[in-house]
Amino acid sequence: MTDKKIDKETGVETTGHNWDGIEELNNPLPRWWLWTLYACIVWAIGYTILYPAWPMISGATPGMLGYSTRANVANDITAHEAKNAALTADLVAADLPTLAPDDPLHRYAVARGASVFRAQCSQCHGSGAAGAKGYPNLLDDDWLWGGDVASIATTIDHGIRNDTDPDARWSQMPAFGDILSREEITSVVAYVGSLSAPAEDPGLADAGATVFSDNCAACHGDNAQGNRDMGAPDLTDAIWLYGGDTATLTETVTKARFGVMPAWGQRLTDADVAAVAVYVHGLGGGE
Amino acid sequence: MNYIKLALLGCVTLIAALGANWAHDLAYQVHAFLIMVIAAYLFVRVLRATDGPVPVALPTDQYDDGVIRAGVIATAFWGIAGFLVGTFIAFQLAYPSLNFDWAQPFANFGRLRPLHTSAVIFAFGGNALICTSFYVVQRTSGVKLWGGKAAWFVFWGYQLFIVLAATGYLLGATQSKEYAEPEWYIDIWLTIVWLTYLAVFLGTIVRRREKHIYVANWFYLAFIITVAMLHVVNNLSVPVSIWGSKSVQVFSGVQDAMTQWWYGHNAVGFFLTAGFLGMMYYFVPKQAERPIYSYKLSIIHFWALIFLYIWAGPHHLHYTALPDWAATLGMVFSIVLWMPSWGGMINGLMTLQGAWDKLRTDPIMRMFVLSLGFYGMSTFEGPMMSIRAVNSLSHYTDWTIGHVHSGALGWNGMITFACLYYLTPRLWGRKEMHSVSAISWHFWLATLGIVLYASSMWVSGIMEGLMWREVDDQGFLVNAFADTVAAKYPMYVVRSLGGVMFLSGALVMVWNMWMTIRAGKPVTIATPARYAVAAE
Repeated sequence: MTDKKIDKETGVETTGHNWDGIEELNNPLPRWWLWTLYACIVWAIGYTILYPAWPMISGATPGMLGYSTRANVANDITAHEAKNAALTADLVAADLPTLAPDDPLHRYAVARGASVFRAQCSQCHGSGAAGAKGYPNLLDDDWLWGGDVASIATTIDHGIRNDTDPDARWSQMPAFGDILSREEITSVVAYVGSLSAPAEDPGLADAGATVFSDNCAACHGDNAQGNRDMGAPDLTDAIWLYGGDTATLTETVTKARFGVMPAWGQRLTDADVAAVAVYVHGLGGGE
Repeated sequence: MNYIKLALLGCVTLIAALGANWAHDLAYQVHAFLIMVIAAYLFVRVLRATDGPVPVALPTDQYDDGVIRAGVIATAFWGIAGFLVGTFIAFQLAYPSLNFDWAQPFANFGRLRPLHTSAVIFAFGGNALICTSFYVVQRTSGVKLWGGKAAWFVFWGYQLFIVLAATGYLLGATQSKEYAEPEWYIDIWLTIVWLTYLAVFLGTIVRRREKHIYVANWFYLAFIITVAMLHVVNNLSVPVSIWGSKSVQVFSGVQDAMTQWWYGHNAVGFFLTAGFLGMMYYFVPKQAERPIYSYKLSIIHFWALIFLYIWAGPHHLHYTALPDWAATLGMVFSIVLWMPSWGGMINGLMTLQGAWDKLRTDPIMRMFVLSLGFYGMSTFEGPMMSIRAVNSLSHYTDWTIGHVHSGALGWNGMITFACLYYLTPRLWGRKEMHSVSAISWHFWLATLGIVLYASSMWVSGIMEGLMWREVDDQGFLVNAFADTVAAKYPMYVVRSLGGVMFLSGALVMVWNMWMTIRAGKPVTIATPARYAVAAE
């Protein structure tokens, strides 16, 4: 089938093939296309000489530039640490409570702490540190385990109710569903609710006061203002970790809560822990 | 023959019933039940035909177009399904509350996302490839399909694969390998279907009445063979139990990652590039009524493309546990791949020499040209993004999503729409589509949709990449991850609107196809007489 002919539109010869009416012109490869392909190949060969590329029997060619992504990252980290080495050492040695806000070390701690917070803490506490249900808001002055910088540092270092650090802050509220009757729970919930908002049913709330002093006051205090030694929340301030509506309070009292925080001292450096403590302390509620 | 079939179908029904009873998980149970019902139905059908009159053999001088008509409809159907899910999950990203509590866990983003990717790539793209390849190989070989009803087995077998894969994702059965999510028994089924597909295609080529194999068929064949190889190697896994869907990969760690991206990149290279170039090489010259620009270019760029693509996968794993040397090679091969990829674009566009005026009058031609334009753009952007320094900014960001969609919507989507517009009137005996102006509407809706989609994702991706790496003068991180998510919100809304436009265009197409098919009827077309005579 050599039906070669000249295409009328372009004046180019066809190859003589014909499939279902489709013919092919015998145009050469476009020169710019071919030369660009050659240029890419030449560049590719050059690049593989300069950079690690060809696998050999006992390892790959390292390349003439000695390039390594791992070494680059390691160098970047080393350079970063070297640049801040003096400040880092000062921060670890510093007595955090006495660190003045206009001290350059304090500014360094806030910058470093903010960076650690964004990478490690924001997943639970939010990138703005405002918390979420079950994760405390770090912007206010309502602290479960203490709001001075040393207490914050301890909380970060050892965490809360985790199995990995023996010095973790620890307490456990009993599940009162096993201890109190349904009516008692209803009344104590009404009482707790009445501490920070007008009571819907004052009679029920009054009945709950007795239940509270018998069962809850040991940890939350006679005046229900909490106890930081046990991480027992203040119940009078209308700030709720899980929610202050009747249904949520009933669930909390019935089943109890068990919020966990990792021991960050096991993952972060001492300087990072100190820095993030200073940062959180400075967010607004620090004592 | 029928007795063998009956025995086989009986066994399948029985085993599926056992599977449905002993299943360890819901997905497996639902699938076993589905297979049991299908096998029982086929059993009854075969039984009723047994010892009846022998069916008349199909005429050999007519093209097998019934399976192609089914494929055209399936392509349109799965296209709408895939675009709909895609648009919905785009809105889920902008408005997370669309992950409705009542629909958990089935309709959360994590399960719908693979449903979307598989629906558009494998269901929409795969059906388009199978039906156009059956059409093209018959026309360019001058013979009907080899293998009798095997082509119908490929069609229905492939639809079953899609249904099993899709329902599996919703019910939580996944290998967690991107674009290779279906579990082991679905993979085995696809292997059987795919090898039958290869046999039908190859058998038809072997029986061809043309001396040479047309270039479109080289591309289709490369696509079918390579996908078979990729699919088998990447899915090597050991089932935890034959009565459960879970399986464990044979490779682990960085080897598994490398195998996965060797597969993943070549799914792009051979499924979405080589296969669709096969479409391009037949339908563009047919629609333009012009000869292919350069035979030499088609040979050189074909071999260069298939030689180079297979090495490019490591560029998906820059800055990971993958050794630097492998990443370098992946990047270098990707760059060299630039010109071979463009060879297809040049050959397609230059085929319009002497027919450029058709762009003014023929919206189908316009779609072909636009798809080649997006093909060229994506195959330039791809090598660029494979460069390590560029990748360090673009990787894991929405830039990748924008890149993929400019290729998938622009190149694969547009060329498939154009082919459907080409095929529908011809297969149902009409002169042209019901409404030519509706094709223009589809063209503009889809084009604007792609522009909104791609540009919003470029902006979003580059912004996100820059925010991730931003540090203050002491070297400390400036943005939390959630800050970058919040910043992307407006771009996510624009992207969703782009999706709505693209989907609307496709709905216009389906209406147009429906009206065309309703007024036409299936036609049989004879193979060319000069071959029929030579055959006997």
